[in-house]
Amino acid sequence: MATPSIIGQKNKKGQVYTDPWYMLHEAPRTPSFFTGSEVIKEAIRRASVDVMIAYPITPQSEAAALIGELFAEGYVGDYFRGESEFAVMSECAGAAFGGARVFTTTAGPGTMRAMENFPMWAGSRLPIQMIVTCRGINSPLSIQPDTLEMAYLLQTGMLVWHAETAQDFYDWILKGYMVAEEPDVHLPLALCCDGFFVTHTKDMVELTPADMCLPPYDPYRSPVPCMDMECPPVRMMRDPFVMKSNYISYATHASWQQEVWAAVERSRKHTIAWLDGLIDAENVESDVVIVASGTAVSQGREAVAMLADEGIDVGLVKVKTIRPWPGEEIREATKHAKHIVIPEFNIIGWLAREVKATIPNNERVHAGPHVAGGMTMPPEIIVGEIKSLLGMKVETLATRGS
Amino acid sequence: MATSSYKVLPGPEHFLPPAAAAMGIRLPNPGEAHIHGEIVPEEKAMEVAAKQFLMAKVPTIFPGPLVLWAWNEKAAQKAKAVRHLFETIKECVTPSQRPMLIPMPDYRPKYPKINPEIEINPNHPNLTIWHNKIDTCMFVGVHCHQANLSLKIIRGGTSCYTIAMCAQAGHEDAMLSFRDATAEKILKLAEWIKKLKGTVGPSQ
Repeated sequence: MATPSIIGQKNKKGQVYTDPWYMLHEAPRTPSFFTGSEVIKEAIRRASVDVMIAYPITPQSEAAALIGELFAEGYVGDYFRGESEFAVMSECAGAAFGGARVFTTTAGPGTMRAMENFPMWAGSRLPIQMIVTCRGINSPLSIQPDTLEMAYLLQTGMLVWHAETAQDFYDWILKGYMVAEEPDVHLPLALCCDGFFVTHTKDMVELTPADMCLPPYDPYRSPVPCMDMECPPVRMMRDPFVMKSNYISYATHASWQQEVWAAVERSRKHTIAWLDGLIDAENVESDVVIVASGTAVSQGREAVAMLADEGIDVGLVKVKTIRPWPGEEIREATKHAKHIVIPEFNIIGWLAREVKATIPNNERVHAGPHVAGGMTMPPEIIVGEIKSLLGMKVETLATRGS
Repeated sequence: MATSSYKVLPGPEHFLPPAAAAMGIRLPNPGEAHIHGEIVPEEKAMEVAAKQFLMAKVPTIFPGPLVLWAWNEKAAQKAKAVRHLFETIKECVTPSQRPMLIPMPDYRPKYPKINPEIEINPNHPNLTIWHNKIDTCMFVGVHCHQANLSLKIIRGGTSCYTIAMCAQAGHEDAMLSFRDATAEKILKLAEWIKKLKGTVGPSQ
């Protein structure tokens, strides 16, 4: 957060640098009917971003192009297309090393191609924000929604949040900078959503005033030295301790890694304040609780309503952040549950694995239903799985239309 | 949030000690400090830090780049305050005690060998602690990431009591940490040392 003196001043577009808490919690909001991609644009309009680097890959291309329009209008300091996703993420690092507030977007194979950069960002304590509009990553090619790529991001040292709706997206882009730039955190944030379901559908979103914006990033609060990128201290890169083969080098590197994960832990306090908790829990006194993230929460909510119509009581836990992992919150929210159902838009069930590693008596976890490769998840299949768990007869959906 | 049973104590703790944050230790809020991971009022931490300096055989200040270089007016003021604190410690300890002021001028690893009599480095701070037999130290003006590296390595391999005078949010990996450090706060610590002079001394 910038020093208070900047609050109330205007930027070159006439936007007023506003106290972020006031802007995001108290300022008047205007309902607007936007796609997720347009919402990304509107959040970045208010985010005082210095540098955005783009590369086309579905389904984030539209958002990247829209931010190009913001650059043309003067709301973003600099904007260019990288040579590849790997190049984009490397260039983001350069801009962040130099003290810029940096934004980028990627998806699916782009995330995978750029992967080497993400632990580097975290290890270098660069608070870059990257939108990940999740899609299929494997062959045969799929551009459709699939959250498998998030599993690969979980061990990079980045903060990983999973937005359910366009409204989450709007608020969390702005709040994400507030958490990620705290000096005791100062880590990159992967703000993920389920591609197309969020990016390409229209929804009502409550926007903050367009004449208010976040205060600029203050690189002098960084936990590592800000670099003069016109004359970078090359020896820090060319002759790092990791290149030495001795106990001290190894121990320092280990300690460095621990510090990155300590910073993830420290983000907990700030994230709880800004997101009003790492999870949302409803009706968790029930015997059956659905635990989900992203748009699987929306489908879970529909399933809860359908089951309620039949007199079956089911709770719902919306997991907002995957890193930091809300283990304590999930243990508490599921302590009464006899069955924990975890629907996911990926084939491996990474969320279920995380929950199983967290709670006691994890045989209660039912990993599924799973869909992948762009399939939708009708709430009826969540309803069906829950009824099966309860020993009730279920009609299969697989023969619909036959 | 669950409270942690872990205590941030002088080591040597472990071959690779955990980061205190990973053990549930949380940073203080403005106006607070922590001692061994427990949140306390800042005034209490002032008293305990002053006593630690007065009881140490080799009380040492490690100033880092943020106060060693006069890159803005506040840094210059802090540097003067650090010098005043060091002079105060020298005035207030007994002849058997050996106060030191050893800079951490930059963060590059020093190869082939650091000179531990004249500097400390965040990648191998234990070498300077061991060589000078430092039993209490205070970090000031060190970037937070490098300070945490140092504090954890010191806790892992030495018995030194660590204090952090942090300009940002504080350090869980120190045994005692202040936050939001200013020149005034550093001078206040010097006042506490003067006030407690003669009330405690080094163990024999």
